[in-house]
Amino acid sequence: MSANGRSSFVYVTFIRTTPEKLWAALTDAEFTSRYWFGTSAQSAWTQGAQWKLVGRDGTLTDSGEIVESDPPRRLVIRWQNEWKAELKAEGQSRCTMLLEPVGSAVKLTVTHEIERAESKLITAVSGGWPRVLSNLKSLLETGEIAITEGQHHDLRARELAQAQASST
Amino acid sequence: MHIIRSVSDADLLFKALSDPGRRKLMDRLHANDGQTLSELCRYLDMTRQGVTQHLAVLEAANLVAVQWRGREKLHFLNPVPLQEIYDRWISKFERLRLQALGELKRSLEEGSTDPKRRSKT
Repeated sequence: MSANGRSSFVYVTFIRTTPEKLWAALTDAEFTSRYWFGTSAQSAWTQGAQWKLVGRDGTLTDSGEIVESDPPRRLVIRWQNEWKAELKAEGQSRCTMLLEPVGSAVKLTVTHEIERAESKLITAVSGGWPRVLSNLKSLLETGEIAITEGQHHDLRARELAQAQASST
Repeated sequence: MHIIRSVSDADLLFKALSDPGRRKLMDRLHANDGQTLSELCRYLDMTRQGVTQHLAVLEAANLVAVQWRGREKLHFLNPVPLQEIYDRWISKFERLRLQALGELKRSLEEGSTDPKRRSKT
């Protein structure tokens, strides 16, 4: 995860849909909340536009700016945590979403990186992304989500407890 | 190769996971993500050709994602298919366990200290 002063991860999922539908699913505030455990992604989605993630209760969790927007192919977001002081202190990270048609599916590649080794922000988001992507795939392919908000929060709580136990 | 994915996503995935060498490669990537082939070969008791072949199987199953950084080909562990296994095979059992715990908590908090008496109600 960390090499040469950089932390990053690369997640890939193949979704049986079209690039246009996937782009809409990634950029619609109401739709994002359906697979992102209540969190909605809000932006005008054009280059230079403000971008934010807002929890169900209205809490601002992350904010930033659209660096590149090429619908329905490529989206780059400058991403800063707003929710936890130690993660916010790490500053800006960069999230790239790449949509490539492959046969009757779309390959979605999510890369999230920050220019610092051992980033806590990257560790924190790396746990959430697989669940978000798995839910997104399930919702687009079957119309149902795979994992509920309650289960997600339970898993998060367990991960935090484990992280605390291993750091002491 | 990707076109047949729709028929056999799960087959490719479980086949990829069935080999101890490939699982060890995944452990190496989990410990240190984004490695080149040479870096991966350094700590493994496998020939370079063997590692290359295992990586190809893992990539076909979407368990490894590849990114180019300049002239370096970096290999990243992709946990999304493992999450799908969790969603498909594990989460339903977790739900029952959580439900059972929830019921235990409720029955204890409702003030009864006698489980036999509670179970009759």
